[in-house]
Amino acid sequence: MIFGISILFLLTGVLTVAGALAAALLRNLVHCALSLTVTFAGLALLYLELGAQFAGFAQILVYIGAVAILVVFAILLTRGAGIPEYRSYVSSWFLGLVIAAATFALLAWAIGKSLPASAASNAPAVTVQSIGAALMGSYVLPLEIVAVLLTVALIGAVIVAMPEGRSPSSSEKGSAQ
Amino acid sequence: MTFVNQLDQVFVLLAHWVAGFFPLWLQPLVMTILGVVAIVAAFPGIFALTTVLERKGLGRMQNRLGPNRVGPLGILQPVADGIKSLTKEDIVPLTADGIVHFLAPVLLVIAVFLGFAVLPIGRNMVLANLDAGLLFFFAIGASTELSIFMAGWSSRNKYSLLGAMRAVAQMISYEVPLLLSSVVVVMITGSLSTVKIVEAQSGFTGILPHWYVFTPWGFAGFVLFVIASLAETNRSPFDLPEGESELVAGYFTEYSGFKFALFFLGEYLGMLSISGFAITLFLGGWGAPLSVLEFIPSWAWFFAKLFGAIFFFIWLRGTLPRLRQDQLMNLAWKFMLPMALLNLIVAGAWRFLGESPMGGWVRWVVCSAVLLATYVLLGRTLMRNQRLGPRSYRYAE
Repeated sequence: MIFGISILFLLTGVLTVAGALAAALLRNLVHCALSLTVTFAGLALLYLELGAQFAGFAQILVYIGAVAILVVFAILLTRGAGIPEYRSYVSSWFLGLVIAAATFALLAWAIGKSLPASAASNAPAVTVQSIGAALMGSYVLPLEIVAVLLTVALIGAVIVAMPEGRSPSSSEKGSAQ
Repeated sequence: MTFVNQLDQVFVLLAHWVAGFFPLWLQPLVMTILGVVAIVAAFPGIFALTTVLERKGLGRMQNRLGPNRVGPLGILQPVADGIKSLTKEDIVPLTADGIVHFLAPVLLVIAVFLGFAVLPIGRNMVLANLDAGLLFFFAIGASTELSIFMAGWSSRNKYSLLGAMRAVAQMISYEVPLLLSSVVVVMITGSLSTVKIVEAQSGFTGILPHWYVFTPWGFAGFVLFVIASLAETNRSPFDLPEGESELVAGYFTEYSGFKFALFFLGEYLGMLSISGFAITLFLGGWGAPLSVLEFIPSWAWFFAKLFGAIFFFIWLRGTLPRLRQDQLMNLAWKFMLPMALLNLIVAGAWRFLGESPMGGWVRWVVCSAVLLATYVLLGRTLMRNQRLGPRSYRYAE
C-alpha cells in the first residue's frame, strides 16, 4: 500500500499511462497504434481490479478486438506501413495542446462534481446478473434502440459490399477490361 | 464417498492433498498454481499427440503411411520435432521490426492459454469460475487477431502482410456469427458462466441427455458455431491466410526455429480451446452421453469429446478443398449472419412456447420448420444468384 492505493493498482496505472505516452510520442504509426492497445489493456485491468468484470471484458472485446484492429487497418490502407517520413511535432501543436487541456479540464470537472462526499465507502457489488437485469428492465428502450441501430449498420455494410445489379452491357465491359 | 465418485474427483482430491501441506493462507494460491500447471502440462501434451495423429490420419486418408520412423509407430515424432525446432537457428530478417517480431508469437501463446482458464474440464474442475466466463473467452479470442497482425506486419514481407490481412479480415468476419450463435445458449441458460451452462445441460430424459445440440435452435447454433470456429482457427477449408500455393506460409513466412514452433503451438491450442467451448456450449461439457454411462469419470468424457472434435477437424482437412476469398466472405455475411440472427428469434420463441400449456411438441414443430425453411430458401436463393465467372473487384483495382 502506497498512499492508500494498492501496488498492483499503481503498476497497472503506470503501464496505462506509459502506453498512452508512447502512443503520442513514438514515430512509427503502427508502433503508436500498438502502444495504444497497451493502454486499452491497462484500462481493462484497472476495471477488473475494481471488481467490474463485465466492463473489463467488454473493454478487451471491443477495444482490443475491434477498435485496435480498425486503427491498424486504417493506417495500412491509407499511408502504407513503410518508414515514417513525417515529423512528430506538427505546426498545429499549440491548437492540439489547447484542445487536450480543455478536454481534460472538462472531464476532471465532471468527475469531481459527480463524486459523492464520501467516495468508495461502500461500493455496490455489481454482478453480471444485475447488469443484465438492469439492461432488460429499466433500460430496455435504449438497449433496443442501440440494437436496432447496430443491426441496421450491419445489414447496411452487407448491402454496400454487394455488387450492383449488373446489366449485360456493363458485365461485358467488365470482362473486356 | 463411493469409488466412482472418487475416480470422478481424483484430480480435485489430489490438488487438495498437495495443498494440505501448505499453511492455510497459502492454500488458495497453491490450488491456483496447481490448476495452471495442470493446464500448461496437459494441453500442450494433447497438442503433441494431435500433431502425430493429424499427420498419420491425413496420411491414411491420402493412401500413404505418415511418420513411422521415430519410436513405435512414429509416436515419438513430436519429441523429434520439438528438439529440431529448439536447435534450429532463429532468423530475424534484416529489415524486420525486431521487438514486434519477437512479441507476436509470445502474445499469441499467452492469449490462447488464458482461454483455457474458464473451460470446465470436469465436475468441479475449472480454474476460474467467472460470472462472465463466456465473455472472457471471446474477449481473449479477439485479442489473438492483433498478434497475427503484428507477426505479418513486423516481418516486412509482402506474403506475411497479405497473409495477416487475410487472417484478420477472416477472423473479424467470422467472429460475428461465432458470437451470435453462442448467444442462444446464454439466452436459454440465463447465465454467462461456463459452469452453469454445463449444469443446465445435465440431467436425462429416459437415457437421453439434455444437450443443447438436440434442440432445433441448438443444432443450428452448433453447426454455425463449428463453421465459424473452423474459420477462427484458420483451419481447412478456411486456411487461406496460410495458403502455401499462394502465400508461402502466410503471416509466419519469416519465422523460424522456436518462434515458428510457438505459432504452431498457438494455432493448435486455439483449435483445442475452441473445440472445448463447442463441447461446453452444445455437447453437454463433461456430461455423459447416456445415463447408463455415468459411472465413467466426467473428465474422461470431456477428453473423449475433445478427441472426437480433433478427429473431425482432421477429417475435414483431408476432405475439403480450400475456399476462395470471395466465397469465404459471401458465406459469412450472406448465409451465416442471417441464419444466426434468425436463430436468436427461434430460441426466444422456444423459450416462451415452452411456458404455454400446449408447449411440448408445438415448439419442436414450429422451431424446426422455421429453421429448415429458411435454410432451404436461403441456400436456394444464394445458389441461384451465384454467377460463376471471373471475379471483378470493386475496391481493389
